[in-house]
Amino acid sequence: MSGHDTELEGKLANNILYFGRVLRAAGLPVGPGKVIEAIRAVEAVGLRNKDDFYWGLHSVFVNRQDQHEVFNQAFHIVWRKPNILAQVLGTEMPGMAPPEDAEQANRRVSEAVNNERGDEGDDDREKEQEIELDASLTYSNQEVLQKIDFETMSIEEMAQAKEIIARMRLPITAVRTRRYASDPRGPRIDMRRSFRAGLRYGGSLIPLRRRAQQLRRPPLVVLCDISGSMSNYSRMFLHFVHAITNDQDRVHTFLFGTRLTNVTRYLRNKDVDIALAKVRDAVNDWSGGTRIGHTLGEFNRVWSRRVLGQGALVLLVSDGLDRDAGVGLAAEIERLHKSSRRLIWLNPLLRYRDFEAKSSGIKVIIRHIDDFRPVHSLENLSELAEALAGEWTNSFDITSYVPEEAAAFAAELEGTA
Amino acid sequence: MTHALPESIDATVELLRAGNYVADRSLATTLFLAMKLGRPLFLEGEAGVGKTEIANVLSQTLGRRLERLQCYEGLDVSSAVYEWNYAAQMIEIRMAEAEGVHDRERLGSDIFSERFLIKRPLLRALELDGGNAPVLLIDELDRTDEPFEAFLLEILADFQITIPEIGTTKAETPPIVIITSNRTREIHDALKRRCYYHWVDFPDAARERAILAVRVPGAGERLGNELVAFVQELRKVDLFKVPGVAETIDWAEALMQLNAMALDPSVVDDTLGVLLKYQDDIAKVRGSEAAEILKKVNAELAEAN
Repeated sequence: MSGHDTELEGKLANNILYFGRVLRAAGLPVGPGKVIEAIRAVEAVGLRNKDDFYWGLHSVFVNRQDQHEVFNQAFHIVWRKPNILAQVLGTEMPGMAPPEDAEQANRRVSEAVNNERGDEGDDDREKEQEIELDASLTYSNQEVLQKIDFETMSIEEMAQAKEIIARMRLPITAVRTRRYASDPRGPRIDMRRSFRAGLRYGGSLIPLRRRAQQLRRPPLVVLCDISGSMSNYSRMFLHFVHAITNDQDRVHTFLFGTRLTNVTRYLRNKDVDIALAKVRDAVNDWSGGTRIGHTLGEFNRVWSRRVLGQGALVLLVSDGLDRDAGVGLAAEIERLHKSSRRLIWLNPLLRYRDFEAKSSGIKVIIRHIDDFRPVHSLENLSELAEALAGEWTNSFDITSYVPEEAAAFAAELEGTA
Repeated sequence: MTHALPESIDATVELLRAGNYVADRSLATTLFLAMKLGRPLFLEGEAGVGKTEIANVLSQTLGRRLERLQCYEGLDVSSAVYEWNYAAQMIEIRMAEAEGVHDRERLGSDIFSERFLIKRPLLRALELDGGNAPVLLIDELDRTDEPFEAFLLEILADFQITIPEIGTTKAETPPIVIITSNRTREIHDALKRRCYYHWVDFPDAARERAILAVRVPGAGERLGNELVAFVQELRKVDLFKVPGVAETIDWAEALMQLNAMALDPSVVDDTLGVLLKYQDDIAKVRGSEAAEILKKVNAELAEAN
């Protein structure tokens, strides 16, 4: 092997190493072993054909279908010059031009490329990242128009909120089902297995085998408000829902603003970026007004029988600020409450310490819920998980939120005294 | 008396018609394909549109046994496939003891023989009935849970069931399988993929009149027309549960019992409970709304005449 070849190979190896780091920053599980494999693969397929090169790398770096899109975009950003192969062998990566088409590309990939160039000055932002999501979401981004670009989650925001939220789970207390499974301490006798075991003793002895009812988490239905007043919270909450959806079965998610959208299928996608991009495409009423009564009515009519049939737990994420001022809301929220195992209202307005139910929508909803919780910080989310994992108690006290109820309660106390 | 499977879509329509079932062409097409190609037919639709009835009619007109499996939460192998008769087995063991039989092998093959086997619908559906495969109706599959669905996948794939103590039973000819669901939850795609899917919709006015003429022949043409027009109109109202065909038939029978020859507002109000099963819906329709629909219906019918 000549010296020239070694030099070329060195550059090739460096560029593939760089590409591997971009992929890793974009969330693909790429370790040093993968990079070595990739170099071997490229050596094997040769550098004559761009497609061979692409698929050679693809075969090494991508091992799940949902990684394909990230790889594809990263590939075209990193090696986007017309003569890719010359570039692979030519210049080294720090001198590469910044990707001009980053707007169209996956935000995560282009940020990963930029970060790899080492122009980082985001330490300040990281410091700002407190538990309060309120503060964390004040990053400066352009397209906060009618249709919020969900993809514009920056790397920083992802690295922190996503890391924490992605690891969050919602271990809802399991309830008993009518299905039995063998259990040595179970209360019922499993005749079939007892007899089978008895054969071993020629029928002279039948050892009892037991069984018990199986436990299973009830299904979860999330109804999330995506109106303008909610956008910061519903966005973070969707990350949370994505984590739960991929952790347990029977999670159904609906978004509502002026109309209702079922986004369950999109959220099942393992990659949170792709999932949220699809959600964004599916929903037309981002950051508009809210018609809670109308959309809940639609949910009750079209979906409740399909998703609440098995005793579902319902999370209603909304600030209760209703454009229709609570018209038609009472009947719908009552029906929703009656057809769910437990209805929990998550309201970001609870971030204000002396929150009182004043708007008409809130006053109506608060009468038909089982629990009332804040949802404005990561801490709230973990508290919610804890509350649902334990024994369910009715700790919710309406008098602390509705002044009229408090007055009525006080009057009643006086009357009995 | 058994009949051969229909050879064409027209023959399928005829077959259903012979069993007093007025099917539209799309349903007949799917059913024909399912029977012809030996795949299960998956019927989904609102309650009371005649999903279960199809299996009944098929069994009747084809002269084949109907095996019906009603699904419910916690449905397991012992109530869906087979169960051992434990009491009888127990006695057998005692008898063997009394006779001094200690041969375990023999005892095993004795008490786990077909004599003590209680066959449930799925196992029975694999057995021919006079040379013909039966009709297997798996009713309201949405009521059971996912594990049972997964188990069903296996059976629907190769129509064979293994009982550890006896061996494998395989259907010589697969049964005609009809699966119904009311959509109280979504059935997994894996199962749907193996079936022909058909959404059973509410019938249009002409077909509903035909159904009524077949099912309640005594209702008379005028009452029948009014009734169908009323129900058709009612289905356009924003209700929680709109009435199905079963409700239309019930209503026609109820009105006949009341000797009503034509609809009038008071009769409608009094019998609304036959059509609508939710208090909110009844409250919404009763009185002025019902009267309005009736007025509209009568105007339309008068115009048609």
